[in-house]
Amino acid sequence: MIGKTTNQRAWLLVAPVVALVAFNALIPMMTVVNYSFQETFGDNVFFFEGFKWYQQVLTSERFHASFGRQLVFTGVILAIEIPLGVAIALAMPRSGPWASVCLVLMALPLLIPWNVVGAMWNIFALPDIGLLGRAVNGMGIAYNFTQDPVSAWVTTVAMDVWHWTSLVVLLAYAGLCAIPDAYYQAAKIDGAGAWAVFRHIELPKMKRVLTIAILLRFMDSFMIYTEPFVLTGGGPGNTTTFLSIDLVKAALGQFDLGPAAAMSLIYFLIVLLVCYVFFTVVMRDEEK
Amino acid sequence: MRSFKWLAPAIYIVFLLLPIYWLLNMSFKTTNEILGAFSLWPQDFTLANYRKIFTDSTWYGGYLNSLAYVAVNTVISVAAALPAAYAFSRYHFLGDKHLFFWLLTNRMAPPAVFALPFFQLYSALHLFDTHIAVALAHCLFNIPLAVWILEGFMSGVPKELDETAYVDGYSFPRFFVKIFIPTITAGIGVTAFFCFMFSWVELLLAKNLTSVAAKPIAATMTRTASTAGYELGLLAAAGVLTIVPGAFVIYFVRHYIAKGFSLGRV
Amino acid sequence: MARITLERLRYSYLADPAADADWALRRIDVEWADGGAYALLGPSGCGKTTLLNIVSGLLRPTRGRVLFDAADVTGLDPADRHVAQVFQFPVIYDTMTVYGNLAFPLRNRGMAADAVDARVREVAAMLDLDGKLARRASRLGADDKQKISLGRGLVRSDVNVIMFDEPLTVIDPQMKWVLRSKLKEIHRQSGITMIYVTHDQTEALTFADTVVVMYEGAVVQIGTPVELFEKPKHTFVGHFIGSPGMNVLPCGIDAGGVIFDGERIPLDVSTGRAAQEAASLELGVRPEFVRFSDDGFAVEIAKVDDLGRHRIVDLRRGGHVIRMLAGEDDAIPSENPRIRFDPAYTRVYRDGWMMAGESGR
Repeated sequence: MIGKTTNQRAWLLVAPVVALVAFNALIPMMTVVNYSFQETFGDNVFFFEGFKWYQQVLTSERFHASFGRQLVFTGVILAIEIPLGVAIALAMPRSGPWASVCLVLMALPLLIPWNVVGAMWNIFALPDIGLLGRAVNGMGIAYNFTQDPVSAWVTTVAMDVWHWTSLVVLLAYAGLCAIPDAYYQAAKIDGAGAWAVFRHIELPKMKRVLTIAILLRFMDSFMIYTEPFVLTGGGPGNTTTFLSIDLVKAALGQFDLGPAAAMSLIYFLIVLLVCYVFFTVVMRDEEK
Repeated sequence: MRSFKWLAPAIYIVFLLLPIYWLLNMSFKTTNEILGAFSLWPQDFTLANYRKIFTDSTWYGGYLNSLAYVAVNTVISVAAALPAAYAFSRYHFLGDKHLFFWLLTNRMAPPAVFALPFFQLYSALHLFDTHIAVALAHCLFNIPLAVWILEGFMSGVPKELDETAYVDGYSFPRFFVKIFIPTITAGIGVTAFFCFMFSWVELLLAKNLTSVAAKPIAATMTRTASTAGYELGLLAAAGVLTIVPGAFVIYFVRHYIAKGFSLGRV
Repeated sequence: MARITLERLRYSYLADPAADADWALRRIDVEWADGGAYALLGPSGCGKTTLLNIVSGLLRPTRGRVLFDAADVTGLDPADRHVAQVFQFPVIYDTMTVYGNLAFPLRNRGMAADAVDARVREVAAMLDLDGKLARRASRLGADDKQKISLGRGLVRSDVNVIMFDEPLTVIDPQMKWVLRSKLKEIHRQSGITMIYVTHDQTEALTFADTVVVMYEGAVVQIGTPVELFEKPKHTFVGHFIGSPGMNVLPCGIDAGGVIFDGERIPLDVSTGRAAQEAASLELGVRPEFVRFSDDGFAVEIAKVDDLGRHRIVDLRRGGHVIRMLAGEDDAIPSENPRIRFDPAYTRVYRDGWMMAGESGR
């Protein structure tokens, strides 16, 4: 880390960024806060309602259900994607043409528009015309993600693993490439086995990038909307209705502006809180 | 003993490519064939789906719209983030840490939260259904990311470079443009890649802020699926074409991908 | 403990080496006696680290063999060779305490816990780390970290050789001296063979009993520090060791001896006739052995640098610069300076190599 000098004029340099982000973040946020305390019956007539919407959202079955589904979903995909991504990064060639081939192919899902990801998996998994649907049913397992909640969940998780594990792979791979050869050589000389090398060299050196990976995957999976919306539309029933899908349904579908706004803020605060806790824990650990 | 380590990435890549192959397969089939017999490759190979997309302006217009706002967003994000990242990497100033965290919180904000207020904000400014509206809206998550990545790259540049230039009589703007920016071109490339990526794949906001004139390709697809019946072949062909720009961009930055992910900090 | 022999060793990083330049090591034949303190000295890129990694087993030689005593270890893994290595940058296991780091190689080899404990404490005492055993290794300074790297080699009783790859690179200047004398002390105490790779002549000459000088993938001279100084076998050794390096001047030979710029230079050795058909002949003399003398040949004084305890005098003769080291009390003549080379320390080089066999000393 280089030494920094104190210079208040640096604010001039950050001003454009602050202006652009504030324009996009603060004004809409104020609108949301505003709605969350009011009731409207159309015609731009609003009544102040205090914390009524917050109470309503926090006590509603519907919010609890979608929040619960969201937690389970995020937990499941983190439990799969992080170990899988690390394992694949460990097995990847560190250099040479094959490393480039791996990187390019693995980065591909990250650059596909999210609704195309949903549409692609829809076509891929449909029981009548999809390769996956045909194959699974052909093995004698009843599978139809448009009607069976278990199939829908498995498909949504598989899609997310397909879509995002590469991000973990790339981050972990970057962390592994940054480990100097001398560490591996010393471990060889010290007689360390593959597990000891992983436990005492690779894992500690990957800690930073893995923190970023977990944080990004947590945030992004908590906001997931487009892919499951296109794939299942939140169904069958509400079984794959995650927080964002529920929110958009409420705000744009039913035009329940007040409750939707209150829900938005609660949702945002939850994400922020988890990230903040994560952040401080990691930072404290690093400074210790 | 021969090592079978390569099997893990190989199997994973096959898993990645299967759905893409299926999409490609569908895109070369006629609607009748898709709904009729099941086959692993097109029996009745056709380019009609692609022909339709390249000749119908509602289709190819969608591509041009998407590329337009993505390009504008990438330019704005990188241009604004460059001086800011420099400030974070070189100076202490009042509230710098809080500002950095605040910027990052916007990367954490669920776009669904902003869908409605964005619509109202940009409508009020008469920017609804323009490319610039989407480009500006995407700054919400792309600028924090760009600042984050660029700051990582800039911290790797020794401060002596700046000091030497000032001693040699360079003014700040001249130093920044003539010396500093050329030394971090790799970082700028990686940042532009990420901005492109996140703007290209986002749909919720892009769809909400447009109706006709600036409608992104991805939104055109959604409407096809719902209104124009079930034209799966056409949908598949359009999907395949949305992968192309991404693949193109990855190919150009392939040497920097690993590096780009390792820089930046928590 | 073992004698280490490198036999007709060649190494290339390329799969299919053809030209001379493809070889990182061209041909190495060296023997290291058990218990010696050796230095591998040479400029960056001369192949010293490659050679070290071949001895430790991290690299396999393209040709040739590595012998520990009579046993051929060429095909063995580093862990089976019983070697230890200290790298340029300290390698420590961040997850462990100092104690854990030192115990790591023993635990990996399945040693009983009480034996590990005894050994770790013994080595920690030797390295003055006994007060820090419970601390996290990642929080220590670079010098302590390097000691831990060394300690992981010392704890093992079966170690044949400890190798150091420029171990003082990241150490603060004032700590370098402390660590270097610690190394010497440990060498005396343990009697383990040590091989020390460096490009710094001071480190090499103070640490080692025998110095192996490498240049462009080959060994150019093996000798004690005094031998390297007084009898450099190759002009490269003359340049590289000593400060300033040896004067190398083009010369000619006739029946009577060596001629430099028309002046006959007296030597203690006879050069013989073989030299006459040589492509290039040079005369080498260290600045320490150049003296002002009235019966020498005439030069001009170009520059005098006063370095306190001695002065470096740049002399000019017929387009050539001759460096001379003068003590602070030596008078520098103001007009018509004449110099002579000490005949006992003046060498003649043919194509870079010292003309062998005729030396009078």
